[in-house]
Amino acid sequence: MSVLVNKNTRLIIQGITGQEGSFHGQQMQDYGTNLVGGVTPGKGGQKPLEVPVFNTVDEARVATAANTSVIFVPPAFAAEAIMEAAAAGIELIVCITEGIPTSDMIQVHKFLADKSIRLVGPNCPGVISPGQAKVGIMPGFIHTPGSIGVISRSGTLTYEAVHQLGKLGLGQSTSIGLGGDPIIGTTFIDMLSLFKDDYATEGVVLIGEIGGTAEEEAAQWTVDNDFSKPIVAFIAGQTAPSGRRMGHAGAIIAGGKGTAEDKMKALKKADITVVKSPAEIGSTMYEALK
Amino acid sequence: MKIHEYQGKEIFRQFGVAVPEGYPAFSIDKAVDAYRRLPGNLAVVKAQIQAGGRGKGGGIKLVKNEVEVRNTARNMLGMQLVTHQTGSEGKQVERLLIEAGVEIARELYAGIVLDRAAGEYVFMVSTEGGVEIEKIARETPDKIIKEWINPGLGLRPYQARKLAYALGLQGAQVKTATQIFMALWKVFTAKDCSLIEINPLVVTKGDLIIALDAKINFDDNGLFRHPEIEELRDISEEDPTEAEANKFSLNYIKLDGNVGCMVNGAGLAMATMDIIKLNGGEPANFLDVGGVANAKTVANGFRLILSDPNVKSVLVNIFGGIVRCDRVAEGIITALSEIDIKVPVIIRLEGTNAVEAVKLLKRSPLEFNVATSLQDGAVKAVSAAGGGVK
Repeated sequence: MSVLVNKNTRLIIQGITGQEGSFHGQQMQDYGTNLVGGVTPGKGGQKPLEVPVFNTVDEARVATAANTSVIFVPPAFAAEAIMEAAAAGIELIVCITEGIPTSDMIQVHKFLADKSIRLVGPNCPGVISPGQAKVGIMPGFIHTPGSIGVISRSGTLTYEAVHQLGKLGLGQSTSIGLGGDPIIGTTFIDMLSLFKDDYATEGVVLIGEIGGTAEEEAAQWTVDNDFSKPIVAFIAGQTAPSGRRMGHAGAIIAGGKGTAEDKMKALKKADITVVKSPAEIGSTMYEALK
Repeated sequence: MKIHEYQGKEIFRQFGVAVPEGYPAFSIDKAVDAYRRLPGNLAVVKAQIQAGGRGKGGGIKLVKNEVEVRNTARNMLGMQLVTHQTGSEGKQVERLLIEAGVEIARELYAGIVLDRAAGEYVFMVSTEGGVEIEKIARETPDKIIKEWINPGLGLRPYQARKLAYALGLQGAQVKTATQIFMALWKVFTAKDCSLIEINPLVVTKGDLIIALDAKINFDDNGLFRHPEIEELRDISEEDPTEAEANKFSLNYIKLDGNVGCMVNGAGLAMATMDIIKLNGGEPANFLDVGGVANAKTVANGFRLILSDPNVKSVLVNIFGGIVRCDRVAEGIITALSEIDIKVPVIIRLEGTNAVEAVKLLKRSPLEFNVATSLQDGAVKAVSAAGGGVK
């Protein structure tokens, strides 16, 4: 099967009338995702992409029975959009927006803490379950249905991994980009936990990068929870200098913490196969499944 | 974004955090003027560069009279100050802070940072002020006392008081410190900071509590709502090539190697640097051209990479998603026919319309070295730069 998104996904787009929202909305529809509506305050009643636009998420959810929202609104308003979707009872919120202030995301984090709502991102490419639904900005055609779960903090590097898997005939159950910001919703642990219980997922590719300690925590989690499916991990930023933000707001080695070396060590200690080269992600997974 | 100590102290003053009387000076004469305005004879001349460890590098000097101020300012202005945070080339001192001397009884530490795992900001204090905080965190972590800040409630006075008592403060000191901690939190939220550090926060012999240093970093993503902070930016503190890259919305960081790289996406850009190194080369830069890799961004990317004379080859690694590879290829061809390029360019394009893109490159009169995979690209780029695993 798959996790998070599938044939039952009923998607709305927050920011559907914007340039990004309408372009990617079309792409998602073309992929076969069930787009049921959109939200742009003040544009209620319009009908781009042949679906109705509403002024509030509440209205949209009531009218369309949407269970998933993807957010393309500008950074200054994105945190508000996430909270609105959560308050309206949308179960899965995928926030693509890059550049949301950290203090806004901390408020969101708190807002979501006591709700059973899942946020993916922000600053991420989204989630795809090949052949079923694409909720995000990744190129659909490089993906094929299959049994590998892909979890990554990056965008194009995820595509690279998916491409390598595909060339070896390894399709994906679900592929997700968690996002490059310091405060994100769904974590490696959340995804490992979902993939653990997904019978269709036979192996997991985990792509981390410098900054924070999410990879170390994930490594420990696999030990504590007897995760038995093979995991192949790569950490980007082995050559990154300390104290410099490498593109992503979250990708920074600060105060000697968050180095690739520490992360690779923690993963190896948890019996996870760690590849040094980003070119060997696919082939190593292939070997691991033999 | 970072600012200078004197600018940080000005913000502290506005929010009621006590700092020593002091004035910035950009010339020797202004330094002497600033000294004359101070109440006592004892003063400190502090080099204003945006890096820590200035004292050890000779960037902080005590002075007792005008002659000493003049001599010290003359020596410091224009010097390349080297600290453990500047790299071996150091940073040129262009600004000074002339500040009243303080008689120190105790040196403490106070700071606010993000705890990523908790998803909250954390207020930290330590009795071990004046020492590198990373060192204390490593060697005696129990000497750092923390209070996590509830985002809905903000720092509460009881938490600030707890921290003050934990520092061993007594009597009226507790009240003063509590007020300072509350004010620091106010600065942090009002200005979208990503970090505030006072090291040292001192208790004076006269029982005052004063911020002797002020390090404030701001969240780049929050700058859009703080034009007053943006105005404090000191361009001379930034690498000129990186500042240039910013103008084109490119993300560029200069490194010490000789293999230039141009990549779309931060994660893939880091991974490309890694694979260059794995094959025995050294990356010359990090460059993320972002989601729109068109002729203009590609041309600007090449100009940036080639402005570094160490670059001996360039590896272009683009994974086309929404960006079509044939468009990127056209961009590369246009860019390279406009720029006089003397080093080998290795191109690896994958994803949307990659096949068409390779055809375009092969058909063009320019000479390209097309790579068939990430590994192949890295090997070719490293060997073209004259390095690699033999």
